[in-house]
Amino acid sequence: MSFLEIDRAVKQFGGLRAVSDVSFTLEKGEVVGLLGPNGSGKTTLINLVSGALPATSGDIRLDGLRLTGLSRDRIARAGVARTFQLVRTLPSLSLVENVMITAVFGRHAHWGAAARRVALGALEMVGLSDRAGVAAADLTYIDQKRLELARALAAEPEILLLDEWLAGLNPTELAEGVALIRTLHQGGLTILMVEHIIDAVRALCPRVVVMNSGELIADAPTDIALADPMVVSAYLGGEVDA
Amino acid sequence: MSRIILPLIGLALLAIVPLIVTDYGLGLLIGAATYVTLASAWALFSGQTHYISLATVAFYGTGAYTVAVLNETLGYGAVLLCAALIGGTIALVVGLATLRLRGVYFVIFSFGLAELVRQLITWYEVNVTGTLGRYIFLDITTRQIYWQMLGLAAITIALTAWIHRSRLGMALRVIGDDETVAAHSGINLARVKLLAFVLSAVILTLAGAITSPRYVYVEPSIVFNPTISFLTVIMALLGGANRLWGPTLGAVPLFLIFEWLSSNFPDSYPILLGLLFIGVVFLVPNGLIASTERLLGKAKGARG
Repeated sequence: MSFLEIDRAVKQFGGLRAVSDVSFTLEKGEVVGLLGPNGSGKTTLINLVSGALPATSGDIRLDGLRLTGLSRDRIARAGVARTFQLVRTLPSLSLVENVMITAVFGRHAHWGAAARRVALGALEMVGLSDRAGVAAADLTYIDQKRLELARALAAEPEILLLDEWLAGLNPTELAEGVALIRTLHQGGLTILMVEHIIDAVRALCPRVVVMNSGELIADAPTDIALADPMVVSAYLGGEVDA
Repeated sequence: MSRIILPLIGLALLAIVPLIVTDYGLGLLIGAATYVTLASAWALFSGQTHYISLATVAFYGTGAYTVAVLNETLGYGAVLLCAALIGGTIALVVGLATLRLRGVYFVIFSFGLAELVRQLITWYEVNVTGTLGRYIFLDITTRQIYWQMLGLAAITIALTAWIHRSRLGMALRVIGDDETVAAHSGINLARVKLLAFVLSAVILTLAGAITSPRYVYVEPSIVFNPTISFLTVIMALLGGANRLWGPTLGAVPLFLIFEWLSSNFPDSYPILLGLLFIGVVFLVPNGLIASTERLLGKAKGARG
């Protein structure tokens, strides 16, 4: 039994099969990249795992617990934390409060000083601890992204789902972001990351799964998958001469 | 400590005021205490979640009507208990069905709910009992009504203070900012919203029940008057619906202004009311407390 098991997951939107019979697994402590061209179903798959969307059919299990059919908050309390493709911060709360909520309402249900300590620890990890009292509305884009990651980390999750967390960063910020994710990986966290930046994927993920038009077209070590003609054609379009 | 002692001293002073004021003064005090209760109870749910409810009068009127129906068959305490149970049950059923509506849909629904309850009771009274109006004869003095309402207002504010510091309060604030983040952070949206909605509704119902002997004659068009819902919202917004003392700060002056307007300009009163609503929304969109803080902050910034 693997740590995260996605077994023939299907998501149907009317006539569109956004996720079609996708199966793969993650082992504990693994960092796996989820690749694919725009509209291939990556975010939908992340939404199925985190419960944002109910699966049409199939099974998703975390450490043996069936996540499919559970509500978003139950899945969060089971240890699944995520960031959003379009950053979502809570503008009326301070940074430390923004981060504390997952510590308070997550599976450990911290409160008071303990919740604050977990939140400050997460802010420290992403490099925002010196601004813990600031309102989230006053942050720059990169700092909002950091804040979102800190919120996910304060949940002390079993698995972290990153939805293009590195997108939109400048080269310096990107290098910092990659280093940060590497630190998390070294800390033993299991990470499934949707990512378009191939350099970052090569640097972080020993293995990738690739989707196209809702289907899984590759599940292999990163170098092999990226050289796969199917994958190249999915990204570049058209037929590939073999 | 002053956070607790000052309000307690204020409460004690307010409790002895009816021993010295005239009947008219006492009437004003009851009205003010009623609106402080309504606005604070409304803000308990709507202030943090930003679910703007116009159903205040649905619960207020239900409370008053419960007393009108039961006051000759049950003791006063039992009547209040029944009112609280009925208000809470309506809120539970309605909440389960509708708290997934958001924004303007929830506003419209809540407004419709008040009308629905009013029409149902009217239909029932006309077709089943054959009488539209009812009388409330209770052996309760005006002072006792005031003390009860003052007590309910104090309980509402104390409860709000406690909720603000609790997990429930934090969950409500997160829901007000972003429900998606709230759910993915582990907050059970349905349970949190329902709990706050029911708590708020029980207080609104009790306020209607306690104040009902003042009406003496009760019929649906009197106790289900939608103006009560609008006044409650505008009072809470004026002071600041997400602050502990915001609804109180909005309710007292606005109630006095409304009283003055309605006795001096009975014909043009609704027009002035409308202008006041617009004024509040335009001039102090975040409430008086937040605006004052911002002004003070600016002054401080200019000095420093």
